Amino acid sequence: MSRHTLSVLVENKPGVLARIAGLFSRRGYNIDSLAVGPTEHPEVSRMTIVVNVEDSPLEQVTKQLNKLVEVIKIVELDSSASVNRELLLVKVKADTATRGQVLETVQLFRAKVVDVATDAVTIEVTGSAEKLEAFLSVLEPFGVRELVQSGVVAIGRGGRSITDRTLRPVPVPAPAAAG
Amino acid sequence: MSEQAAGPREITGAQSLIRSLEAAGVEHVFGIPGGAILPAYDPLLDSQRLRHILVRHEQGAGHAAQGYAAATGRVGVCMATSGPGATNLVTPLADAYMDSVPIVAITGQVPSGSIGTDAFQEADIRGITMPVTKHNFLVKDPADIPRTIAEAFYIASTGRPGPVLVDIAKDALQGRTTFSWPRELSLPGYRPVTRPHGKQVREAARLILESRRPVLYVGGGVIRARAAKELRVLADMTGIPVVTTLMARGAFPDSHPQHLGMPGMHGTVAAVAGLQRSDLIVSLGARFDDRVTGNLDSFAPNAKVVHADIDPAEIGKNRVADVPIVGDCREVIADLVVALQAETAAGKQGDYEAWTQFLSGVKQKYPLGYDEPADGSLAPQYVIERLGRIAGPEAVYVAGVGQHQMWATHFIGYEQPNSWINSGGLGTMGFSVPAAMGAKVARPDATVWSIDGDGCFQMTNQELATCAIENIPIKVAVINNSSLGMVRQWQTLFYNERYSNTDLQRREAVRIPDFVKLAEAYGCVGLSCDSPEDVDATITKAMEIDDVPVVVDFRVHRDAMVWPMVAAGTSNDDIKFARDMAPEFDEDEL
Repeated sequence: MSRHTLSVLVENKPGVLARIAGLFSRRGYNIDSLAVGPTEHPEVSRMTIVVNVEDSPLEQVTKQLNKLVEVIKIVELDSSASVNRELLLVKVKADTATRGQVLETVQLFRAKVVDVATDAVTIEVTGSAEKLEAFLSVLEPFGVRELVQSGVVAIGRGGRSITDRTLRPVPVPAPAAAG
Repeated sequence: MSEQAAGPREITGAQSLIRSLEAAGVEHVFGIPGGAILPAYDPLLDSQRLRHILVRHEQGAGHAAQGYAAATGRVGVCMATSGPGATNLVTPLADAYMDSVPIVAITGQVPSGSIGTDAFQEADIRGITMPVTKHNFLVKDPADIPRTIAEAFYIASTGRPGPVLVDIAKDALQGRTTFSWPRELSLPGYRPVTRPHGKQVREAARLILESRRPVLYVGGGVIRARAAKELRVLADMTGIPVVTTLMARGAFPDSHPQHLGMPGMHGTVAAVAGLQRSDLIVSLGARFDDRVTGNLDSFAPNAKVVHADIDPAEIGKNRVADVPIVGDCREVIADLVVALQAETAAGKQGDYEAWTQFLSGVKQKYPLGYDEPADGSLAPQYVIERLGRIAGPEAVYVAGVGQHQMWATHFIGYEQPNSWINSGGLGTMGFSVPAAMGAKVARPDATVWSIDGDGCFQMTNQELATCAIENIPIKVAVINNSSLGMVRQWQTLFYNERYSNTDLQRREAVRIPDFVKLAEAYGCVGLSCDSPEDVDATITKAMEIDDVPVVVDFRVHRDAMVWPMVAAGTSNDDIKFARDMAPEFDEDEL
């Protein structure tokens, strides 16, 4: 098995996420992570889907996704030629005795404290999966109370864009084809 | 003040729906009204162009739309209300999805404000049908109705055809709107490829001429693409043997000497052996379905594959393709003919002589056949054979699912496309009667025979009422073996003749139900036949009745089995042409 990151441009319409999630589950493919959000075109949303499959099922995944009417385009992002980021919010135990050490770790990882309580701090950090994993293992001894993590979002390096294509309309065919 | 000066006239969403269906070219709608769809039924009464056929069950509406579409290639339309009306359409939608049948289903939905509240007759039909439709829509704004209907018909009928569902909230049907039919559609993610890649086609032509044992493996895509003429040219020009799958029967004439018949689990020995021993499979609109390949690992082990299909996801799904070609079958075959002509002009020639000799030997040695029952009772195969002979290749034959379906595919000679209609992928028992009704509406001048089993027939025969009242004179041949025959056959072969729940009769003189009486109760003519001597006369009598539907109860021998057979999950090399009878091949000739 190997990990693949797919950028999927979809029409920004209700039900699209259900369609895509349903396709993965009924064809038996596992999603490692999925993130959805708007793009620079209001009518287009972008999903970043990380799947763990061999190459030949990956081709099937891509082809089946492409068959969905609301899927506009799929690009596989090579990790070496793209920037991949996840967001982590973590609530760590920190009282007067340990707060200093926790804050030191935050600085080392270029993370950010976003909330402070008497017995805990909440930290925000972004980065690759490896960085977040390392960060968490350092925090672990202090006591992780709660954590929440986003899926991967990814964008290709360089000046080219995958979204700049015209959303061309198609002419309506003559009614002869209908009955 | 004139209408022009006042701007577009305000109408209801329901009126806009009916005008949209008219604009899409619809002439027939099969359906049943109910609460949520009720607003649409009012303007339907005023339409000059639309004929609504009131069915007895929504499943019947769906299969009728399929039969309509399969008989003509035009989009079939069915309509139902929300909740149970819509869920009753799920089976036909799934069936149409598997067999690539272009239909559009219109369903009413509870008012948009009530969606998600578990309202009376509410079902999330869009969610339910996502996995079994090519696409589906939920319309909540009356202004979206024309565009959505236009998109639905475009999606259903182009690319790989399939079912599209349009769910319309009741308040969208009742709301005020104006009608304007769109000139363009915004479907940025839907661009089916129909033009094949020239380089791939030339590569396919090269492989065809290099091969020594090629087979044209023809699937339902050739029917949907209306490519039978092109296929005939390709076959005649090259002399390559042809097999037609269950979905492609009629795409190539059964009478043609190159035709080996149907491949697969119940395929002819020649068709199965042809694929199995080939060195090149040219797949045209077929999908290497498990019923064709048997055990995939041992399927056609020495064959290279040229795989042409309009759906890129089919290529390489089950079997690796050496030459993938994405495109409409008609264009692919036409281009292939041109590419082959160019190669021939350059002096290249295919040499298939030994191969075609071998296969015609196999075809001669192992023809389709059956044993007459020793007790003088009626052989189901004989009934179907005679039916095909008397009704002829101009008739349309619509089968249910099971033994009778396999016999109907084998023992009737199909000479033209769209003359054989059945449920191939989903295998829906109960398909035949409503689908035959749809086919007869689409082709009123053709003789339409439903060939059904007694199990299937009891699932959907309520549509006989529709046929009688709406003047749709189909003919139904019930191949009545008093049992769920195909399941019984498996019990005979694989479950030590332990017949668990496959007997549809008590062993008494009274038949339950009496199909003749049932036919008469439905306003049809009911006939019965239980001896070989009466078969021709009974069929002829049924053929003579053309003003009401006819049901013929053919009481046949119950132990007849479908042969040849490749047992499920085994290799095609293990085909049996009769029980425990494996064919022998003179491989030396190759």
